[in-house]
Amino acid sequence: MSEVKTSKSPMSPTQASSESTASLLRELVPHLRQNRTQLRQEWARRITEAKLLTAMSADEIFTEATAVYDQYVEALETGTFEALQAYARNLSERIIPRGVETHEVVGIVLLLRDVLARSLFAKYQEDLAKLNRILDAYEPAANRIANTVAVGFVQERERIIREQQEAIRELSTPVLQVRERLLILPIIGVIDPQRARQLTEQLLRGIRTNRAKVVVIDITGVAAMDSQIANHLVQTVEASRLLGATVIVTGLSPEIAQTLVNIGVDLGKMNTVGDLQGGIEGAERLLGYKVVPIGDNTQMPKGLLPG
Amino acid sequence: MAVPILKQGPFLIASIQSALTDTDLVQLRDALVGQVGSYRSRGVIVDVTALDVLDSFASRTLRDLAHMVRLRGAETVIVGIQPEVAFTMVRLGLTLEGVATALDLEEGLFYLNEKLRSTQQTTQ
Amino acid sequence: MDDVRVPISSDLDLVRAREQGRVLAGQLGFQHSDLTLIATAISELARNILRYARRGEIVLQQAQDSGVPGIVIIAQDEGPGIPDVNRAMEPGYSTAGGLGLGLPGVRRIMDEFEIVSEVGHGTVVTVTKWKR
Repeated sequence: MSEVKTSKSPMSPTQASSESTASLLRELVPHLRQNRTQLRQEWARRITEAKLLTAMSADEIFTEATAVYDQYVEALETGTFEALQAYARNLSERIIPRGVETHEVVGIVLLLRDVLARSLFAKYQEDLAKLNRILDAYEPAANRIANTVAVGFVQERERIIREQQEAIRELSTPVLQVRERLLILPIIGVIDPQRARQLTEQLLRGIRTNRAKVVVIDITGVAAMDSQIANHLVQTVEASRLLGATVIVTGLSPEIAQTLVNIGVDLGKMNTVGDLQGGIEGAERLLGYKVVPIGDNTQMPKGLLPG
Repeated sequence: MAVPILKQGPFLIASIQSALTDTDLVQLRDALVGQVGSYRSRGVIVDVTALDVLDSFASRTLRDLAHMVRLRGAETVIVGIQPEVAFTMVRLGLTLEGVATALDLEEGLFYLNEKLRSTQQTTQ
Repeated sequence: MDDVRVPISSDLDLVRAREQGRVLAGQLGFQHSDLTLIATAISELARNILRYARRGEIVLQQAQDSGVPGIVIIAQDEGPGIPDVNRAMEPGYSTAGGLGLGLPGVRRIMDEFEIVSEVGHGTVVTVTKWKR
């Protein structure tokens, strides 16, 4: 059996097809290696001059500049960008928390492109035809490198933002155990499908770990709900029942009540009570507790209550 | 793979240990519906804690099981449905309507005992 | 990772297919709750093969969309095919008993869904779930 594997070419087809591009790039690599110390210094100087990476010390900039320089030259030589991409992500992960901005990262890579181009210019200025060919080969590759680093940075930034959003969401709606076997889930704010799913998963896990029998979901703090989220609420009630817990929904606004009626929710499945207080009282009745007026025996453990 | 059925007082307990094929599940249903009669059991507990998937066929078979057991005079409670399994089920529209559910074996026994007590009280 | 192919001709294969799906999805880094979703979708698709075509194949592939990994599940058979695919996708539709929730349910829990069926030649259902 024969197999044909296709993989993404490191260069675009037009570049790859031209044999001379690769050989031209290989030709300029030794030059960039020989002048590594000087070019790297020049680059670091230009970075400081342009007031980029101000959050980092001169030493740090030099260390990172060295690593990026070597990866850069290697990418030019091999035409593969994986190592550079991985480094860009790693670097981003380290510098993003320190407040380095996207324009700074794009700025330093473009500076390096420029520093190297000037050096090539100096080297080949005697032979203009060759210089043209060299720059024709260098420019697309350099652009691709700049693109790779910038995209890596932005993706890393987005990932960190997503993680932070998730952490905030987890915090924003706690599943509270108010007494044994009773959980309260007070939902506040805007619910999008992702948050709704998260809330449900959190609640279902909570039911299991707390061995909850009754759950009060209070949506007083939810202004509006589209039919998708309303359906999700119904599913949450049903899934909780599959785990053996009864859900009481409290605090439905007139608008949300209308949405639920519009989607044709089965009211037999949905336990609703006007407000949170009423919901908790209902939950306690389901759990077999007696609700007694304040001043009576409210502080007494259940076993000590008469009757 | 056969599921062991334990007789515990007036109840039968089937504790599923690993993933079941459709055939296994149907066999379990038939065995429980049969034994409810021969042991004159008042309740059946099916523990599905070990199941990581309850698809449309499994849900339907469990629902049929509960209905058949009821027709033979006993109650069924399904216990141990995992949170993520429950969430997947409802998204597929599988809600085990009309079938009692409980968190685990202990809760299932509690449910059946309560049920038994209340029927004894009403028949007295 | 290579494609995983699971031939389907008995209900034991169905259990095997969803286990394989769970393993692959786990390797791709899917969350626990998504593993259940994926295993359940495979179960429904494989059962459709058994029920309507008696034999067929589940193919599991990994996918990639701008850095986001995904899993592709292909359920293919050379069975009788479905005369009216649109009707088969309506909830409640079923010809061999059951709740008739199979295909529409799978569509609901997956991110992408495609079905191609030709009467007398067979059916191919392709679904994709992306990691969130």
